[in-house]
Amino acid sequence: MIGGLFIYNHKGEVLISRVYRDDIGRNAVDAFRVNVIHARQQVRSPVTNIARTSFFHVKRSNIWLAVVTKQNVNAAMVFEFLYKMCDVMASYFGKISEENIKNNFVLIYELLDEILDFGYPQNSETGSLKTFITQQGIKGQTKEEQSQITSQVTGQIGWRREGIKYRRNELFLDVLESVNLLMSPQGQVLSAHVSGRVVMKSYLSGMPECKFGMNDKIIIDKAGKGGVTNEAGKSTSGKQSIAIDDCTFNQCVRLSKFDSERSISFIPPDGEYELMRYRTTKDIILPFRVIPLVREVGRTKLEVKVVIKSNFKPSLLAQKIEVRIPTPLNTSGVQVICMKGKAKYKASENAIVWKIKRMAGMKESQISAEIELLPTNDKKKWARPPISMNFEVPFAPSGLKVRYLKVFESKLNYSDHDVIKWVRYIGRSGIYETRC
Amino acid sequence: MTDSKYFTTTKKGEIFELKAELNSDKKEKKKEAVKKVIASMTVGKDVSALFPDVVNCMQTDNLELKKLVYLYLMNYAKSQPDMAIMAVNTFVKDCEDANPLIRALAVRTMGCIRVDKITEYLCEPLRKCLKDEDPYVRKTAAVCVAKLHDINAQLVEDQGFLDTLKDLISDSNPMVVANAVAALSEIAESHPNSNLLDLNPQSINKLLTALNECTEWGQIFILDCLANYTPRDDRESQSICERVTPRLSHANSAVVLSAVKVLMKFMEMLPKDLDYYSTLLKKLAPPLVTLLSAEPELQYVALRNINLIVQKRPEILKHEMKVFFVKYNDPIYVKLEKLDIMIRLASQANIAQVLAELKEYATEVDVDFVRKAVRAIGRCAIKVEQSAERCVSTLLDLIQTKVNYVVQEAIVVIKDIFRKYPNKYESVIATLCENLDSLDEPEARAAMIWIVGEYAERIDNADELLESFLEGFHDESTQVQLQLLTAIVKLFLKKPTETQELVQQVLSLATQDSDNPDLRDRGYIYWRLLSTDPVAAKEVVLAEKPLISEETDLIEPTLLEELICHIGTLASVYHKPPSAFVEGSRGVMHKRLPARTGSGESTESPDVGAAGGSAPEAAPSIIPSQGDLLGDLLNLDMAPPTTSGPPPPSTGMQMGGMDLLGGGLDSLLGGDIGGSPAMGAGFGAAPAVMPASLNAPVGGGLGDLFDLGGVGMPMGAYIPPKIVWLPAMKAKGLEISGTFARRAGVIQMELILTNKAMSVMTDFAIQFNRNSFGLAPAGPLQVLTPLGPNQTIEVSLPLSTVGPVMKMDPLNNLQVAVKNNIDVFYFSCQYPISMLFVEDGKMERQVFLATWKDIPNDNESQFQIKDCHLNSDAASSKLQGSNIFTIAKRTVEGQDMLYMSIKLSNGIWVLAELRVQAGNPNYTISLKCRAPEVSQCVFQCYEAVLKN
Repeated sequence: MIGGLFIYNHKGEVLISRVYRDDIGRNAVDAFRVNVIHARQQVRSPVTNIARTSFFHVKRSNIWLAVVTKQNVNAAMVFEFLYKMCDVMASYFGKISEENIKNNFVLIYELLDEILDFGYPQNSETGSLKTFITQQGIKGQTKEEQSQITSQVTGQIGWRREGIKYRRNELFLDVLESVNLLMSPQGQVLSAHVSGRVVMKSYLSGMPECKFGMNDKIIIDKAGKGGVTNEAGKSTSGKQSIAIDDCTFNQCVRLSKFDSERSISFIPPDGEYELMRYRTTKDIILPFRVIPLVREVGRTKLEVKVVIKSNFKPSLLAQKIEVRIPTPLNTSGVQVICMKGKAKYKASENAIVWKIKRMAGMKESQISAEIELLPTNDKKKWARPPISMNFEVPFAPSGLKVRYLKVFESKLNYSDHDVIKWVRYIGRSGIYETRC
Repeated sequence: MTDSKYFTTTKKGEIFELKAELNSDKKEKKKEAVKKVIASMTVGKDVSALFPDVVNCMQTDNLELKKLVYLYLMNYAKSQPDMAIMAVNTFVKDCEDANPLIRALAVRTMGCIRVDKITEYLCEPLRKCLKDEDPYVRKTAAVCVAKLHDINAQLVEDQGFLDTLKDLISDSNPMVVANAVAALSEIAESHPNSNLLDLNPQSINKLLTALNECTEWGQIFILDCLANYTPRDDRESQSICERVTPRLSHANSAVVLSAVKVLMKFMEMLPKDLDYYSTLLKKLAPPLVTLLSAEPELQYVALRNINLIVQKRPEILKHEMKVFFVKYNDPIYVKLEKLDIMIRLASQANIAQVLAELKEYATEVDVDFVRKAVRAIGRCAIKVEQSAERCVSTLLDLIQTKVNYVVQEAIVVIKDIFRKYPNKYESVIATLCENLDSLDEPEARAAMIWIVGEYAERIDNADELLESFLEGFHDESTQVQLQLLTAIVKLFLKKPTETQELVQQVLSLATQDSDNPDLRDRGYIYWRLLSTDPVAAKEVVLAEKPLISEETDLIEPTLLEELICHIGTLASVYHKPPSAFVEGSRGVMHKRLPARTGSGESTESPDVGAAGGSAPEAAPSIIPSQGDLLGDLLNLDMAPPTTSGPPPPSTGMQMGGMDLLGGGLDSLLGGDIGGSPAMGAGFGAAPAVMPASLNAPVGGGLGDLFDLGGVGMPMGAYIPPKIVWLPAMKAKGLEISGTFARRAGVIQMELILTNKAMSVMTDFAIQFNRNSFGLAPAGPLQVLTPLGPNQTIEVSLPLSTVGPVMKMDPLNNLQVAVKNNIDVFYFSCQYPISMLFVEDGKMERQVFLATWKDIPNDNESQFQIKDCHLNSDAASSKLQGSNIFTIAKRTVEGQDMLYMSIKLSNGIWVLAELRVQAGNPNYTISLKCRAPEVSQCVFQCYEAVLKN
């Protein structure tokens, strides 16, 4: 299991050092600093083995978090734990920075004592941790409160405490998708997928039982089969369904129920959390198409023309559009002409950045640039990195629709109808690249 | 108020100040002081001197302070065991506290203090806590048993904690179950044979129930534990799989991977024709792909595991190639792993896409990545035969970029492609040779040298190319040196006449001037092989190589099986068994996949089984062609001064000197001529024809072998150019080259002796082995002055034809021993049979006619001499110079018929009819002889003489 956990600043100074196992000595702290943080070459793997000791690390801004072990631990678990550890810290004191870590080191030690025991991850849900790791002491708790804490920390529904009360029962659903594309210069889709998340903010009283429904093809097809006499009208709505390649759920969702009935039922944590993640690859709406044209004029000049076309309903508006056109390292000057938005050559980033605030669907815009090059003897050809794009659109490129989210709380006197529900769809660019 | 200030105190006398603060009456001040102590401890300062003062702060109702003190205790108790005992009372008291959080804290901390005296006191509180009413305390106590076991295993067994721990598997609280499972699994690892976990269908059922209810971490513990279980039959296996599959949808990647591990393992037991089996296969793909949208570090772990899964069950992800396409912003470690998997998934169906991608990658910035991409193109060629051509042309395109490391990498993989598809793509060699100068990496140099050696016969200047590498031989890496040695030996075996110097040079560099035992040994092996039996050498060195297969980079099947059992863990990331990186007894136990029950299939999956390529073909048995002669030669009465009997055969170098170019050249060249085997057969078939009294000189035509130089003919008689018979490195510095000539009726052996050694050579003597025509030295070898270093002397040795006779194969082979003050050296050479043609070989016309008729027609053989542009008269006079006499000439229908006779030194007559047609460069010759086996040699003489 995990033998120890160290946190370093960018200089390699130790901010937190917690050893769980006897086989990890103080020299491990130095070994990681010398071989990874101060390594001459950039470290090429997140897992490093130094003298039969394995180090796992992740970096958050300029902070290094490292787990040490001498055993054959579950590597996936270690990284999941490190991410979780970052989440927990972030929810306690915000951004993970040297300043914040130093300011909260006692708290961090207390957390590390709680969420790792002998190197075994224990309950790491912020919701329940915050009930008893408070930095305020737990003196005033009554016996009932204490046993409530322990049963919650160890219990089946470790993510939610009892007795939550809201005057107004409200929930927010955000369908956040990132659409990823790799397109060949000729406009052929090399790969495209949407990775989506359903994020929920729940402000519900009691221990509500929720049921979430979306236009999952499997469910809709099943329903279609159930009623054989369904009229044609239904089948068109069936077309609206999407094929989900795979999805994963927050631990509150009853997985066995999803496996057997494909229904998503759960008791939600309080506040904001990620209900599910999913991935689709079929029938993706690609909101933009990038058409590049790069021409080398002699050895010292490049002519670049890029056309972007928006491909969605004209009534919708895309925002925060940014097209990044890479330029060679030996660029000496750039002249840009664009019809819409603003374009600038950023020498430090080796790219022309073209920004457009808003763009409606079914529109087209164009940029052309002349790039002057310094002559070089460098034999190596310019690698021509792909043109990348960023944007935000108010729909889900996968086509996912929320059909319902039902809330049942039998013990309290509110019903599904009393809950105010908000649904929002945001599609963002993930890695959206066109080769040129 | 922030805590960061505690990090900044670095004053001297700090410890003293802290001591005062720790003993302060004010609670706040105490707490501040403890925080400072912990901060100092964190940055690595030794604050153990404060031990008593810190422990004094322990008794407090402030939980935060208590935790800090405990933290300190865990760090320093070991160094101050006597004082640590002061804390015991507080611990014991805390274990009775009304607050379950404090009870748990106490038992958790106590387990971390590795001091025997404290451990003794731990047992009672622990026993109570294991049965505590509060699940939080129980789950903490469960882990504490593992801690205690790590400190004192015997104590845990004696106290019966293991049984209590086992009971906790049936606990009502899922987290207690999970921790108990984790603790038991860890303890079981250090007792490989104990049946500690005692997994049976009942306990498995409990675990599966808890699986649905516990935290994500608990699910991992349980799944990892389940993976150690071996179901009794395929039905149990299936039912476990059914209950584990829902975990594939968990948000935690570790849960998913551990579930994959269980499924991959238990699937082994399912019959393949089962519907559920294929359903399961289908269910595995999407979660594996989803792992690739996790954070990069997890992607890396996932990819390393997918690499294993793809090798074990390629069908799972065969349609998912695209998700492994590299993204521009992927971290390098993700890119490299994706590439690996792309190659594993490459098939005829997707190869076009894959190649297009790889070509794209080969233009990226990161050198390692580009190299791997280039290498991947080569691997695709080897894996998917249909794509080989496209791959080769892609590689050639890349070579044209002239980017140094791309070129080098491309050459390395092209070598492999040659190994896989011999005789298909050699046309690219020219392009490769163009880039010779840019190769500076050993692997690329070695690959290029290999190519030159392997295809020496198709590269005109192979010897020059290899020679250029030889110049800096000692500066090359071992890899290159070895390859160069082999390549030059190959070259020598293919083009023996032109490359003797080169081979000598490399053999002496490898054996005499190198400290590397591998290189030396290989040098000696070649040397010995070449000197004892060049035919065998050819068969060994130029043997057909087994084709390489794509499986070369696959993980060996038993290791793969073990790694599949370790999916998700470090072993699967390193692709090494745990025993390779874990110390001590933990994890040394090798895990294996269960055997399939039910159906009769073997455990080996057909996709992986029997991998590893075909075994190389059995080496051909090496039989020295003239082995029996060896003894004869050694028995010659010409013993070196030091020994009186035959030299012991164990003196390798002497043996090595034997027969270097004799057996060597003639068997090499003999094969090319294609004559000698037939001739040998002839001897066997018609022994009666050979007169018993015949003194055996039979003709032989070496002439055509050496007619390259176009040497002039001084006396009209044909004399072949001198060639090296004995290279210097085979004779301790003595080099002998020479030829044979017939001058004024005397056969002469003309020798050039060169001393390439550092010391003076004297006392030369020469002797021949028995041979076909009884050739023997007519006098001693006339080397009167000592031969100094780098001196050369030319000697002419008259020969007689009255020596002992023995049939040789080929007929004109001559084995020679030369002695000097250093040693005895052996070599063999071939003489042109024309030097045996005597001057009185002109037969009377009548006799000719009678003899021609007399010799049975069976003894007549016909040959063609091509491309000879002499007219009949010129030919006639030219032949006369070599004692081939024209007796008559007649012309029929524009065709000249020349009748000729030859007499050999042993009295054999050869009659010939040469037909020359004006305007036709091809002559026809018919030979008739009572000993027809000489015909071939005579014909060769004709050819040699006419063309010179």
